[in-house]
Amino acid sequence: MKNFKNIFTVLLVTLVAFNCSDDDDATGIVTPTGPDFAGTYTQQDQMGRPAVNTVFVSSGSKDMFNTTVPTAQSGAFQAMFETNLTALSPAFANAGDANALGQDAATFTGLLATDVLNVSLDGTTTFYDGTNVLTGRNLADDVITVELLLIFGGEDFTENPTLSNDNVDVNDKAFLTTFPYLASPW
Amino acid sequence: MKNFKFILGVGVFAAASFFFLSADHIDAPAVQGGTSDITDFYAFQGEDTNNLVFVANVQGLLSPTASASASFDENVMIEFNIDNTGDNVEDLVIQAIPRDGKMYFFGPVAPGTTGLSSTILTNATQTVVDITAYGETAMTESSNGITAFAGPRDDPFFFDFNQYSAIIGGTATAFNNPGTDTFAGSNVMSIVIEVPKAMIGGSGTINTWVESKSK
Repeated sequence: MKNFKNIFTVLLVTLVAFNCSDDDDATGIVTPTGPDFAGTYTQQDQMGRPAVNTVFVSSGSKDMFNTTVPTAQSGAFQAMFETNLTALSPAFANAGDANALGQDAATFTGLLATDVLNVSLDGTTTFYDGTNVLTGRNLADDVITVELLLIFGGEDFTENPTLSNDNVDVNDKAFLTTFPYLASPW
Repeated sequence: MKNFKFILGVGVFAAASFFFLSADHIDAPAVQGGTSDITDFYAFQGEDTNNLVFVANVQGLLSPTASASASFDENVMIEFNIDNTGDNVEDLVIQAIPRDGKMYFFGPVAPGTTGLSSTILTNATQTVVDITAYGETAMTESSNGITAFAGPRDDPFFFDFNQYSAIIGGTATAFNNPGTDTFAGSNVMSIVIEVPKAMIGGSGTINTWVESKSK
């Protein structure tokens, strides 16, 4: 396609140049005045899965987490995640303890420390819908309750019921079925 | 967790949570309250199941009054990163940056360099949409199979953050039932782009994340 594009550009330029050539009074070549996008943009914030930085990164490291590329996050932060997870939900310190995905503290925090969202291009996209796990994130997904369940709910989601669900299950406005999907502002 | 005994690690976790506010709202001191503060990120199959939708929200907890005067920052570029080879390095990016009332999207396109510093990839496929003003019907633009939107929307996030804070702070021991959505009635500045799956890998699983980058 590049060749076609180039040919098209040449034709367009020729056409424009021909049109301009009739206008000998023109004071010179007019430079297109599109928006200026020049410059280098430096990373400030970063997010893959919901609530990861906010829950698992200690206060003095939050900016650093936001400016660490995903490939370096697990090496730099997994141990901190595990410490903070175990502080929050001490059962994870027990040998053999796991969440409902069968992950012990090291495995669970190893997954979370690389803060990217896994998304399927082949069908259902959801954080968790009872069947599919981590295949995307829909607007309506109750991601906080899913994360609370994985932190507090134990191997079968039945433990600590008063901590593993915030009992806010839906948004305060209905989402749209068509683009742009998000509800109009309040 | 059969031997679970609830001993909240208040010392460590209260410190860890001092800046904690929900999905990614106000997640870190350098960005909180600013125009580069990402509040949320979503990626889901579109109404047309051949498409995938990316949503990035910034500037959380806007009241309706604040939403009327809120704007995107021309010095802040939002970059959707897409890894379709399983190594957590971006193979494609979609960049969004505002200029004079319009949001310019570039991509999906392979970035010249990966990582923390970027230039705007102006040679990539360009999609331009008027930024919808507060109170206006959503303005969208479609070209090359890509559909785009930018403007204020209801914050789609929901969470009883206040009760969570009380639990973490040691003044409560359980969530309420029903809980109270701390984000009810608040808005965000939203960027939505829907792209054909064929442009970002076609099939399989991608890893994706969003970044804000400033000049």
